Amino acid sequence: MLRYLFRRVLIMIPTLFVTSVLIFTVMKLPPSDYFETYVAEMQAQGEKADLGRVEFLRTEYGLDQPVHVQYFRWITGFFKGDFGYSFEYDLPVRDVVGERLGLTVLVSFCTIILTWVIAFPIGIYSATHQYSWGDYGLSFLGLLGIAIPHFLLALVTMYFANVWFGISIGGLMEPQYFNQPMSWEKFKSILAHLWIPVLIIGAGGTGAMIRKIRANLLDELRKQYVVTAKAKGLPPRRVLMKYPFRMSLNFFVSHIGDILPTIVSGAELTAVVLSLQTTGPLLIRALQSQDMFLAGSFLMFLALLTVIGVLISDVALTLLDPRIRLQGQATK
Amino acid sequence: MATGRKPSVREAGTDLLRIEDLRIGFELHGEINEVVKGVSLRVPPGRTVALVGESGSGKTVISQSVMGLLPKQGVILGGRILFDDPKAAGGPVDLAPLDRDGSAFRKLRGGRIGMIFQEPMSSLSPVHTIGDQVSEALTLHHGLRGKAARQETERMFAAVGFRDPAGAFERYPFELSGGLRQRAMLAMALICRPALLIADEPTSALDVTIQAQVLKLMKDLQAEIGMATLIITHDLGVVANLADEVVVIYRGEIVEMGEVGDIFGAPRHPYLRALLKATPRFDMKPGERLVSLRDVAAPPRAPEARPEAGPILTVSGLCKAYGARSRGLFGTGTGEAIRAVDEVSFEVMRGECLGIVGESGSGKTTVGNLIMRARRADAGRIVYHAPEGPVDVLALDAAALRALRPRIQMIFQDPVASLSPRMSVLDIIREPMIIEGRRDVAAQKALAGELMLRVGLDPRFLNRYPHSFSGGQRQRIGIARALALRPDIIICDEPVSALDVSVQAQILNLLKDLQAELGLTYLFVSHNLAVVHYMADRIAVMARGRIVELAGRDQIFANPVHPYTRRLLAAVPHADLARPLDFARLALGNASDPASWGAPFAARPGESLTFQEIAPGHRVLACGPIIGEQAA
Repeated sequence: MLRYLFRRVLIMIPTLFVTSVLIFTVMKLPPSDYFETYVAEMQAQGEKADLGRVEFLRTEYGLDQPVHVQYFRWITGFFKGDFGYSFEYDLPVRDVVGERLGLTVLVSFCTIILTWVIAFPIGIYSATHQYSWGDYGLSFLGLLGIAIPHFLLALVTMYFANVWFGISIGGLMEPQYFNQPMSWEKFKSILAHLWIPVLIIGAGGTGAMIRKIRANLLDELRKQYVVTAKAKGLPPRRVLMKYPFRMSLNFFVSHIGDILPTIVSGAELTAVVLSLQTTGPLLIRALQSQDMFLAGSFLMFLALLTVIGVLISDVALTLLDPRIRLQGQATK
Repeated sequence: MATGRKPSVREAGTDLLRIEDLRIGFELHGEINEVVKGVSLRVPPGRTVALVGESGSGKTVISQSVMGLLPKQGVILGGRILFDDPKAAGGPVDLAPLDRDGSAFRKLRGGRIGMIFQEPMSSLSPVHTIGDQVSEALTLHHGLRGKAARQETERMFAAVGFRDPAGAFERYPFELSGGLRQRAMLAMALICRPALLIADEPTSALDVTIQAQVLKLMKDLQAEIGMATLIITHDLGVVANLADEVVVIYRGEIVEMGEVGDIFGAPRHPYLRALLKATPRFDMKPGERLVSLRDVAAPPRAPEARPEAGPILTVSGLCKAYGARSRGLFGTGTGEAIRAVDEVSFEVMRGECLGIVGESGSGKTTVGNLIMRARRADAGRIVYHAPEGPVDVLALDAAALRALRPRIQMIFQDPVASLSPRMSVLDIIREPMIIEGRRDVAAQKALAGELMLRVGLDPRFLNRYPHSFSGGQRQRIGIARALALRPDIIICDEPVSALDVSVQAQILNLLKDLQAELGLTYLFVSHNLAVVHYMADRIAVMARGRIVELAGRDQIFANPVHPYTRRLLAAVPHADLARPLDFARLALGNASDPASWGAPFAARPGESLTFQEIAPGHRVLACGPIIGEQAA
């Protein structure tokens, strides 16, 4: 087991290396860089750009160096906790992301929990009452959740909140609290704002999750061992939870890997519409303006989360399923 | 429908289980399709009643209704199921109107009525230890927990023949052989000492010696617990050896019923007589064909290829070991490696059918896998004599192996699991051709239709999916797939052991015809001696990874020399009351244990076993000379 873990961690290193090279290449692919875009934009507006300062920043961050040197500087920075400098915000990347990262994790975490709390009971109900009216109704709602884009739902909600209740529901807190130290007032403000984005973003995920749980559980419910469990005289609910449900968790666990990266990115458009102070809008803006260190570091972070997520999934699956744990020496 | 002997139900009050005029239907699109049409039968206390019929006859549905396990669409339309528990006061309970999930029914189910199923693999949860699954019933019905439950469970494991009951508790089903899994199932059904055991094809998935042992076990435990057994089966050999009374069911109606002696002595109903004819027997004359109940006619064809003489496959010194499971989370522990295949050598002649028989775990399937290169051999040589010259199968690189693959194909045991439910029959049959890049799409489709005809299926069914076919039809599809690349050799790994007797006869006849028409060579792996007797020209008997005896079919059946072969033959249940199984001799431990073979067949320290030819073409594994009287 330990050896397996060790091997898996070892494999992560080349994976991340290749990813980082790819990310860096993509960041460098456009013929212009942030400063050229910036200067051009300034000139288009008839203003004079501070060419001296541009030149200074270029040298300071090694943008005049050969590409591989630039890459090396960027990637070694990670180990020192230096993620580069955001030219657009004129701040180190770390400070730009700052509080937004925490808020993003908060929103995503609540969304995932909400998704699970709603989707599991409904999915189990749908599977055990297949083709009943309850199943049809709930499946319809779930499909509706999948079909409606988040941002649209966000727009509609905002509109009606304004028309009916006369309130504005944007943001994750009252603007005056942003980037301020945590206080009771701020906490209350966050709580008051949090539930709307969580509900909106959760709608689609819940629908998809219901369908997945239903399909997986239905597959398991048809298996012979369910009959065996019933033949022992177990009550229906215990049969369900101990055997088929447990088996259907396999799929669920293998999806943990996908969930981790969506905690920091994901639902960017909704975040833009609702002007949430999360990282999503930041990433989009950074990509648009070629703010290379901000965007690059961000993508690298996502890659790391993905790899870790997959590792967690695999290890959890190994622990959950004895067949994977004890077998699996396939040879040709 | 009933001819002759009228199904009679005796006076109430003495029967443990009494089914009266039971009618069960399945609801489909609002219509009710009646599958059990007024069945009456009884199970007296302590006796064994066999319910005999083929798949689809409604026998399993009856057992499900007694257990309250009918599928959701199943409806009891009428009749009574009276269960008279000797331990409960208040006389018989009618199970038919009881709520299936209600607590009254749940107390009986698993507590007073136990059930074992046909497929011990799929019937056990793969992610729970068998100890957990067996002791669960004990906790539920007797309130035993923790140590007490564990002790009782281990006692039961010992009773059903686990060699290491304490270790078995922690095992997962996939770590056990088929026989042990069925023993675990039996332990699960009997742990609460029920008054009635319902066994639905309990031994059809097992091999003979194990089957004989499980049958004996069921007999012994039945006597010990004092329970009655309702055994559901299509195997008349099992019926002859186990049952006191027989009930024959055909298309949802009982056609014959009575004491076992009367039924076998003078079978009256045509169905029963046909069933007896479809069962392969040892005393069949050369060239005699099985008569299947409904012959599916594949048009007869003239032989297309005449195989030349000479070997097509030479296997020598083949070895394969599996590492035993290491204990502990970090242990790379050195458990004893199991030698699944040990110094196996044989030749397969062009156009013959070589049967490989043995118990589960004897390595017979592994030999097939090694030849297919599905697993890598540790040592030995496999030479395939291609028309272009001999090919060393084990030394092939990936490209050469790919070129060889179409020459050797496989037919699998489980016709359900070996066909993808998400592919149409056309895609299933075409897949090998697509992989090999043979022909264009139109030609592939044409060939698929041709193959369907060949295996006796209507080519119009090509667009259907496997679930709309019966077990026998699915096996035909599997055969068509194996034929798609026109192989020389087909490895048949238990191709009929999941099928009904009547369907089995069809498939065996089909395989025989195909062999004659196409000049195929079969390596026929099976645990069923009667089936191998019907199919094979020569037979190799395997035990513990070694071939212990190899001879022509008639030689081996007329003059078995090796003790293991003899035991194997002795364990076959005959559908004949005059030849009952000798349960007393079966009790003598594990048939495949070399220690029980005695001199000169068991290896002596310092000497190795060698293959000795005792008659032309008859070879036996022994250590030192085989004395005349043993060879005689």
